[in-house]
Amino acid sequence: MYVAPVPDDHALVERLRQGDEQAFMDLVARWSPSMMRVARLYVPSAAVAEEVVQETWLAVLTGLERFEERSSLRTWVFSILVNRARTRGERERRTVPFGALAREEVEGEFAAVDPERFVREGDAVGAWAAPPVRWWEQPEKALQSDEAVARIEAEIAKLPETQRLVITMRDVAGLSSEEVRHALDLSETNQRVLLHRARAKVRAALEDYYADA
Amino acid sequence: MPDLLRPFRRRHREDGPLVCRELVELVSDYLEDALDDAQRARFEAHIAGCENCSAYVRQMRETLTLMGELTPESLSPQAESELLDAFRDWRERPS
Repeated sequence: MYVAPVPDDHALVERLRQGDEQAFMDLVARWSPSMMRVARLYVPSAAVAEEVVQETWLAVLTGLERFEERSSLRTWVFSILVNRARTRGERERRTVPFGALAREEVEGEFAAVDPERFVREGDAVGAWAAPPVRWWEQPEKALQSDEAVARIEAEIAKLPETQRLVITMRDVAGLSSEEVRHALDLSETNQRVLLHRARAKVRAALEDYYADA
Repeated sequence: MPDLLRPFRRRHREDGPLVCRELVELVSDYLEDALDDAQRARFEAHIAGCENCSAYVRQMRETLTLMGELTPESLSPQAESELLDAFRDWRERPS
């Protein structure tokens, strides 16, 4: 579901302003699935997520004349989406302010891999004791990619909120780090730390899946 | 008491070789192209000689590929057609 960047942002903005229906509907078809995924992280149902996505597109139309193109069109659209989804989500259930959550989630000790899997002492300290599973060398497992994808989905659902948002926007929807930072108002470092932690957990879940299967 | 041997311990030297346990914490930054030249050189020197860490990086790349395959949730045809109507109304707006 990678969201392809738009080759010529400015030309596209102009086509939309001139009322090019095809350009608008292409964009709606291309970006809405990712927007649905992101909205769904804030609101309790697919139906509400769909309303948020629709409202976002209406806000894009209303704001198009005033859009100054200081960010990419996609960044702008996703910023509107995140703001609307967050407002809607807060209305439906109480949430902690996002900045506080993000700060909390980048604090504390973190190990990408269970420390037990490395040699604890001696000359080889810090080397792999239980090496990574090479699941791509298991042809029978490669056929079960649907199950693996389901496992990934379940793991993402379990992540703390800001990690879940960052990994969904980056790795599922395919947005750039800059786009995610702007949409979520995160520092470059925090964005990277959140992504690192989220990816490490999803990788670990996938490795467990292949090790058990 | 300060650890006087610290500078001599291989795993604590910033410019020395990385150990595997350190490398796994740098994989995201490596894939994000966020390591500086010296860090990148240490990273690449390590994976060139370590099959296990190469496998770890491969695991991460495989994970990223699979995440890109998560099923999209599309808008319903009705929602799309409402947006088309809204677009036509917007286009006809008095300027």
